[in-house]
Amino acid sequence: MEVTINVNGVDQTKEIEGRLLLVHFIRDSLGLTGTHWGCDTSNCGTCVVWMDEEPVKSCTVLAAMAGGRRVRTVEDLEQDGVLDPVQQGFIQEHGLQCGYCTPGMLMTSRALLDKNPDPTEEEIREAISGQICRCTGYSMIVRSIQWAANAENAVTVGASS
Amino acid sequence: MQVPAPFEYERAESVDHAIGLLERLGSEARLVAGGHSLIPMMRLRLANPEYIIDINDLVAELGYIRVEGDHLHIGAMARHQELLESDILAQHFPMFRDAEKVIADPVVRNRGTIGGSLCQADPSEDLSAVCSTLDAVCVIKGSGGERIVSMHDFHQGPYETAVGDAEILTEVRIPIRANGGSAYNKVERRAGDWAVVSAGAAVWMDGDTITDGRVGLAAVGPNTTTIDQARDLLQGAAPSDELFAQVGAVCAENCDPDTDMRGSAEYKKHLANELTQRSLRTAVARATGQEA
Ligand SMILES: Cc1cc2nc3c(=O)[nH]c(=O)nc-3n(C[C@H](O)[C@H](O)[C@H](O)COP(=O)(O)OP(=O)(O)OC[C@H]3O[C@@H](n4cnc5c(N)ncnc54)[C@H](O)[C@@H]3O)c2cc1C
Ligand code: FES
Ligand code: FES
Repeated sequence: MEVTINVNGVDQTKEIEGRLLLVHFIRDSLGLTGTHWGCDTSNCGTCVVWMDEEPVKSCTVLAAMAGGRRVRTVEDLEQDGVLDPVQQGFIQEHGLQCGYCTPGMLMTSRALLDKNPDPTEEEIREAISGQICRCTGYSMIVRSIQWAANAENAVTVGASS
Repeated sequence: MQVPAPFEYERAESVDHAIGLLERLGSEARLVAGGHSLIPMMRLRLANPEYIIDINDLVAELGYIRVEGDHLHIGAMARHQELLESDILAQHFPMFRDAEKVIADPVVRNRGTIGGSLCQADPSEDLSAVCSTLDAVCVIKGSGGERIVSMHDFHQGPYETAVGDAEILTEVRIPIRANGGSAYNKVERRAGDWAVVSAGAAVWMDGDTITDGRVGLAAVGPNTTTIDQARDLLQGAAPSDELFAQVGAVCAENCDPDTDMRGSAEYKKHLANELTQRSLRTAVARATGQEA
């Protein structure tokens, strides 16, 4: 069947099998390997992308189900050579070691900060609770997201004063 | 790498279109809502449908949560996240929010639906326990029209429901009664996991007397279940710790959990007892406006 999915602002039309998972469409059909794929149980969350502005586990969505919808992947966080504050936060606060979980963590944290610009530590931990990191022990991920929130809030305060 | 077996994909544009497709494609066709139970099962080849009918475009038709008369109506495509955030639901039946906070994780909750949860009929499904506790009914639609089935008759065994081959669950309806309170408690091994055991309770009060009370349990037998003996004890009684302990004990006695990787049958019965007491205590406090 033919499917058209808007990925990072560009309509992508491909001939696919109905059973193709969205994560494989992104990685294999489009070659966007920033999105990782790590489990067969919908538990690890490294495959998280946005579909119609909401984080979803792309290993648990059929590519066909994403037809006609908007998908945003980790590649879209950087704009015009400038990293998104959440990416910058992960660098500043060492939010990654092996980097396997990072794309999913970044997409979930971006969505969290869009909805809730000043989250508590508990809200951050809740937001990433569907994602597994085997390296950092999570505290550095939490700090990275706090770094991004602080950076964004500083900019907003600066702009309005 | 695990991928589903081949199938044909169709997308339904309306409830009637979905029913038409189900009729045309026959018993090898399956609806997909959030897909967060079905797609994992297809990846593991535990489900191998020949046709998949995507009902996500039915959100406009079936995504509602609203009060009509003395019932709360929830469309089958209402997603976990919406149920969690819904103030009207929390106001009438706070146990929904208790449960939704601990169902899966926030990313899964963006997709999973109440319809899919009930139709999956997993013995550990939290929303099934919630709906059983609240004495909900399910509205099932086919080409011949609608029929209404109680939660008790909806689940016919593990992973089996009253929904026929060419039918679709469209709505869950919950009676709203005055002076009610409800609560839900779950023990899980880690964030986002299925229940070791969950217990929900709902009570309706007249002054200091419980006029009706119900307990629903998940992960303690072939289906989520209400405990009739609990209802008998609660009806007409005055709330007290002794009463809650008695009801907890009766719930533990009358459920039938298996020993598995989540715990021994004995431990699960202990949880059924303890969680029932906690939910009852909170439900009564909420019904009487005395929640701490
Ligand atoms: C990692 C993970 C953790 C989870 N943890 C929990 C948990 O702790 N507690 C819990 O309760 N659940 C949990 N779930 C399950 C989750 O709640 C699912 O969203 C839910 O079980 C199914 O909803 P769905 O919309 O995704 O259904 P789908 O997977 O789309 O469908 C499930 C079944 O219902 C049928 N169906 C769907 N909609 C209809 C309809 N309207 N009419 C007729 N048939 C229909 C489908 O054909 C299929 O057979 C978890 C899931 C995952 C992936
Ligand atoms: S690859 Fe999607 S949750 Fe693990
Ligand atoms: S950085 Fe290695 S899994 Fe998270």
